Amino acid sequence: MTDVIRARGLVKRYGDVTALDGLDLTVPEGSVLGLLGPNGAGKTTAVRILTTLLEPDAGSVEVAGVDVLADPQLGRERIGLSGQYAAVDEHLTGYENLEMIGRLYHLGLKPSRARARQLLERFDLAEAGDRPVKTYSGGMRRRLDLAGALVAEPPVLFLDEPTTGLDPRSRTTMWEVIRELLRHGTTLLLTTQYMEEADQLADDIVVIDHGRAIAHGTADELKAQVGGERLELVVAGPADLLTAQGVLAGVAVGDVLVDEDTNAVAVPVAGGARDLMSALRNLDAAGVEVLDVGLRRPTLDDVFLTLTGHVAEPDEGVDGEAGPGRTLGRVATGGEAEA
Amino acid sequence: MTAIATPESSAPAAGITATAYWQLRDTWTVTKRNLRHFVRQPRLLVFSTIQPVMFVILFTFVFGGIATVALPEGLRYVDFLLPGIFVHSAAFRSTQTAVGLAEDLERGVVDRFRSLPMARSAVLAGRTFADLVRSLAVIGLMILVGYLIGFRFTEGFIAAIGAVLVVGVLGYLMSWCFCYLALLVPGAEAAQTAGFVLVFPLVFASSIFVPLETMPGWMSAFAAHSPLTHAADAARALSIGGDALTPALWMLAWTVVVLGAVIPLAVRRYKSLA
Repeated sequence: MTDVIRARGLVKRYGDVTALDGLDLTVPEGSVLGLLGPNGAGKTTAVRILTTLLEPDAGSVEVAGVDVLADPQLGRERIGLSGQYAAVDEHLTGYENLEMIGRLYHLGLKPSRARARQLLERFDLAEAGDRPVKTYSGGMRRRLDLAGALVAEPPVLFLDEPTTGLDPRSRTTMWEVIRELLRHGTTLLLTTQYMEEADQLADDIVVIDHGRAIAHGTADELKAQVGGERLELVVAGPADLLTAQGVLAGVAVGDVLVDEDTNAVAVPVAGGARDLMSALRNLDAAGVEVLDVGLRRPTLDDVFLTLTGHVAEPDEGVDGEAGPGRTLGRVATGGEAEA
Repeated sequence: MTAIATPESSAPAAGITATAYWQLRDTWTVTKRNLRHFVRQPRLLVFSTIQPVMFVILFTFVFGGIATVALPEGLRYVDFLLPGIFVHSAAFRSTQTAVGLAEDLERGVVDRFRSLPMARSAVLAGRTFADLVRSLAVIGLMILVGYLIGFRFTEGFIAAIGAVLVVGVLGYLMSWCFCYLALLVPGAEAAQTAGFVLVFPLVFASSIFVPLETMPGWMSAFAAHSPLTHAADAARALSIGGDALTPALWMLAWTVVVLGAVIPLAVRRYKSLA
């Protein structure tokens, strides 16, 4: 199997800020690579370099057999890009958007028109196709944007955070649409902030932080590193805490973690809801008063915590000690300062 | 694996002809897109139709009384003003080139264009050309309103067309300047502000509204070399008589120099956008 995307030693600096710090990426033909990382990790910078929008300070990029740094125009004929912010034209109709893109791919008038109608049909936009895009919902815009990336049937697709900002229902629809695409053998590089999204769509995941790959593997491999699901609960007092610790040891598949300040207990479990139920029954039988309980899947934060020893921090955090906050950074600029 | 789409067969094989062909085709595709915007956005329609009409009417009637004093005997202000107002309107409208491009940049539309195998100059050329088409349409509208309030071309049809073209060319070269500005200064609002700060003094320190002789020496010295003065003088001469050749040649010189410098700069900047 040949590698359709091969990037080596990508470096991009903005002044003192290093957005990419020697990133390598390899995507075999017909597979999906998920580039996972928080805002500012360098995901978008990487995609912009691979899609010829940005020149790296160092490194090499080969996409679909083309050295895109040497011949960007030829590279552009072979890629489709759907960006983070749906880059559709608000004042044109969905049909006009796609037809225009077809013309700019130099497909010719008739094929461009036919392709536009066909894509609208395929992405469930046929009815809305002759309305201006400004009347579309967020999910419809994303679908149209994705359709735009497919106009020339490129062998390689880049999707930069295709579902960021979408409601859960639109996100699920988008996932179905992308999965459908993949059945046709398209090679895809996808960036996301969501572990679940990478899990759903990607064959292979590269976790990046500060412009460097910090982990690489399948979703299962990464989750195994993080430790799978965790049962977390808060009890009424210190006495309950001790009892709970004993009871939970029965369902745990790893160490029982206890936080005495907040009377919280967390244990890794393998049986999901079943373990939750039995734990609760046993706790009730032991007379433990449970104030809060939950089953948590590993999140990107957990992956980060495990892989880097620090919480994924927003841009303003310059050292690794970003505190216990479990929120991801909101500032999406070119990159962030080195720790 | 899906096949790579083949380019349309009517395209010339390769080389410079093909490059030029696609530059024109892509420019036209982008132009159509921008003209659609113009028709579909009420804000743009208002800016480019009602506003110029208002200026024609207000300037004529508000300043007509006093301005006549400074004009040669027998020259009515409406006849003096109208060719100037064309220039005024084209100059201000050229700032919209920066605003439109800045919006495309902010919304990621330019990223999409830049990821396509289209001509590198087409996004900018398509925008400036659409703005030129718009500019010419607005001048047509202003002539109509001008005729309603007494303006007349006195030099014949060909000269009248020439007057409109001179103004169009001025707007076009200013559009390219604002195109470049929008690529240098990020943000639609910055583009709008920068545009107005630059255009206001240029418009008023020129022969658009009043003859240069009425200005203080330093200002009229500046105004005498302004391309806006040359455009207004040429358009005026072609509309109501006078020496059109000298200002027209100056305009030609400005056009060659400005477009020759700004187009390559803007396209280079576009290619290397971060």
